[in-house]
Amino acid sequence: MTTRGRSRVARAGVPPRSSLARAEARAGLGLVLPSVVIVVVLVVAPILWSLLLAFKDLRLVELARAPLFGDFSTASIVEVLSSRRLWESMGATFAYSVIGTAGAIVVGLVAALALRKPFRGRGLVRALLLLPYVAPIVATTFAWRTLLNPQYGLVNAWGQALLGWERPVAFLTQRSAPVGLFGLELTVPVALSTVIAFEVWRTFPFAFLFLTARLEALPGDIEEAARMDGATPTQSFRHIVWPQLVPIVAVLTVLRFIWTFNTFDDVYLLTEGRAGTQVVSVGVYNYLVGRGDVGAASAQALLLAIVLAVLIAAYLRLAGRRGGES
Amino acid sequence: MTEATVSRDGTKSVHIVRSSRPARKFTRSRNAIELRVLKVLRPVVAGTLLLAAVFPFLYVLVLSTRDIASLQRDPARFWPALDEVRLDAYVDVLLPLESGGQDFARLMLNSAVIAVATVLITLLVAVPGSYAVSRLDFFGRRQVSSLFLAVYLFPGILLAVPLFVAFTRLGLRGNIWVLVVVYVSQTVAVAIFMLKNYFQTVPVGLEEAAALDGLGRLGIIRRIILPLSLPAIVSNALFVFMIAWNEFLFALLFLVEDRSRWTVSLGLAQLTNALETPPATLMAGSIVLTLPVVAIFFATEKFLAGGLTSGAEKG
Repeated sequence: MTTRGRSRVARAGVPPRSSLARAEARAGLGLVLPSVVIVVVLVVAPILWSLLLAFKDLRLVELARAPLFGDFSTASIVEVLSSRRLWESMGATFAYSVIGTAGAIVVGLVAALALRKPFRGRGLVRALLLLPYVAPIVATTFAWRTLLNPQYGLVNAWGQALLGWERPVAFLTQRSAPVGLFGLELTVPVALSTVIAFEVWRTFPFAFLFLTARLEALPGDIEEAARMDGATPTQSFRHIVWPQLVPIVAVLTVLRFIWTFNTFDDVYLLTEGRAGTQVVSVGVYNYLVGRGDVGAASAQALLLAIVLAVLIAAYLRLAGRRGGES
Repeated sequence: MTEATVSRDGTKSVHIVRSSRPARKFTRSRNAIELRVLKVLRPVVAGTLLLAAVFPFLYVLVLSTRDIASLQRDPARFWPALDEVRLDAYVDVLLPLESGGQDFARLMLNSAVIAVATVLITLLVAVPGSYAVSRLDFFGRRQVSSLFLAVYLFPGILLAVPLFVAFTRLGLRGNIWVLVVVYVSQTVAVAIFMLKNYFQTVPVGLEEAAALDGLGRLGIIRRIILPLSLPAIVSNALFVFMIAWNEFLFALLFLVEDRSRWTVSLGLAQLTNALETPPATLMAGSIVLTLPVVAIFFATEKFLAGGLTSGAEKG
C-alpha cells in the first residue's frame, strides 16, 4: 500500500513523465472500457441485483407487472431456509464437491505421473485424456446415460453377463441400495455416487493438464541428485517432487471446489436432481423454472454466492501469495 | 563389534560406511523392486485411464450405427457386425422436421452462428482490453485485473436468475443476439487472461519504434501486436468457439421455447428426454454435436493446453 502511494507521488513530481503517463492512462482506460462495461452490465450488476431479488416474494407469472425494486420481504429467504430439502441438498452438494474435487485431483496426479516419462505417442495419449473435459457436456452426459441405461446399456449388460448381477442397476434413478461388503451391510447412495464418479471422470483432465505443466517445469537436477544418492522413486516423489507440487495442488483444490460446488449442467443432465442428487444449483433452477418462484431461486442462489465469496477470497489470497513468491 | 570393524578398516569414514551399509543394501533392493513395479504399473495405469477417457465416446459412435432391434437383442456385444452397420441415423438426425428428421442441420447452423458471433465480438473487445492490461499503466489496472479473474471464477448458475428475470421482463429472452452478448460476458475474461500473457512476450522495443514512426495505440495493436500474436489469437478464438458451442445452461434458459432456435447442445438434451426418439438417432446427434469440437481441439491442442495453464497460473 505505502510503496504504491509513494511511487504515485514520486511520479507526479516529474512533469514530463507525468503527462506521458497521463496519456498512457487515458489510452489504457479507453481500450479496456468495452470489456469492463460488458462485464459490469451483464455479470456484476445482475449479481448485485439478484441479492435484492432474494428479498422479494416474486413469482414468474407476476413478472410483467410487479415492481422490481422496493416491496421487500424476507418471505423467500424464510421459505428456502425452512425447506426440509435444503439441508439434504446442502449435504449432497458438499459430498459432491469434496469427493469430486479430491477425486479429480488424485486421478489427475496419477495420470500426470504415469505419463511423465516420454514414450512414443505420448502427445496423442495426453490429448485423448483431455477429451472428457473438452467434449460438449450434453454429449458426455448422454454417453454416460447410454452406458448406464438399465435396458440396453453396456455396464448393466456386462454386469449381468460377467459379474453375475441379478438385476440391472438403475445407476441414475435409484436413491440408495444395500451393498454387502466383507459381511457388512452398507447402504450406498447410488445416484449420488454415480454423479460424483462422472464429475471425477469429466474434470480429472483439468487437474492432469495443470499438474503436467508444473511437472515439466520442475528443475530436473535435484531429483537426479537424490536418485544418485540412492533415493527410490517413491522417496524422491515424497520428498522432492511432491513439496514442489503443493502450491499448484492448493490452487487446483480451490479452483475445482469453486466450480464443482456450483455445477449445474452435469447433475441436471444426468438426473435432473432426482434420487438424492439435488445439489443447490439444480435447486436454484428448479425453483426458477419448475416452480416459477423467483424470490426463492434468488434466495437459494444467495446461499451459493456466500460460500463462493469465501472461496474466491481464499483463491485470490493463494494466487496472490504465489505471485509474490515467484 | 564396532571396534573390530573400525580396526579392520582403519579409516575415519568407517563409522559412516558401517552404519549405512545395511541401510543401503535395503534401499538398493527396495529401489529395484520399486523400479520394476513402476515399470509395469506405468503403462497399465496410462492404458486404463486412456480407455476410461475414450471408451464412452467410442461406445456412442458404435451404437450410432446399430438399430434398436439389434441393440436389444444383444446389448452385451460391443462391436457391431459389419453387415448391420447403417448410417441411416445420421440422415435421420440431420434432415429437417418436414422430411421426418430431427432438424440437426439447422441446429448446427444456429450453434455455428452463435459461436462465430461470440468469437468475433469477444476478440473485438478482448484484444484491445488485454493489450491495455498487459502494457499500459492506468489507474485501476490491478482492480480491473482482479475483476476479470473474479468473473472468470464466477459460475453461470448465479447469473441464471437475474438474467432470466431481466430479459423476460424486457421481452428479449428468445433473441439469439441477447444470448450472444451473454456469452461474450462469460468469455471476455478468459480471453483477456490468455491474451495478456502472450502480449507480454512481444518485445516493447518494436512498439516504441512504431510509435516513433507516428503510429497511434490502435495502429500499434493492428500493425504490430496482431500479426505477432496471430497464433495466440487464433487459438483463443477457437477456445471461445468451443465454450459457446458447448454451452448449455443459458441456451436452455433463453431458447427452449422455440425449437427453430435451439442450439445443437440444447437439441440433443431435449430429444434425450423425449421418449419416442430412436436411440441410434440420438447417438448420431451426439456424434454430430461432438465432432466439430473434437476436430478443433486436435487442430489446436498444443496452443490450447499452453494457453489455458499459463492464463490461470498467473492469475
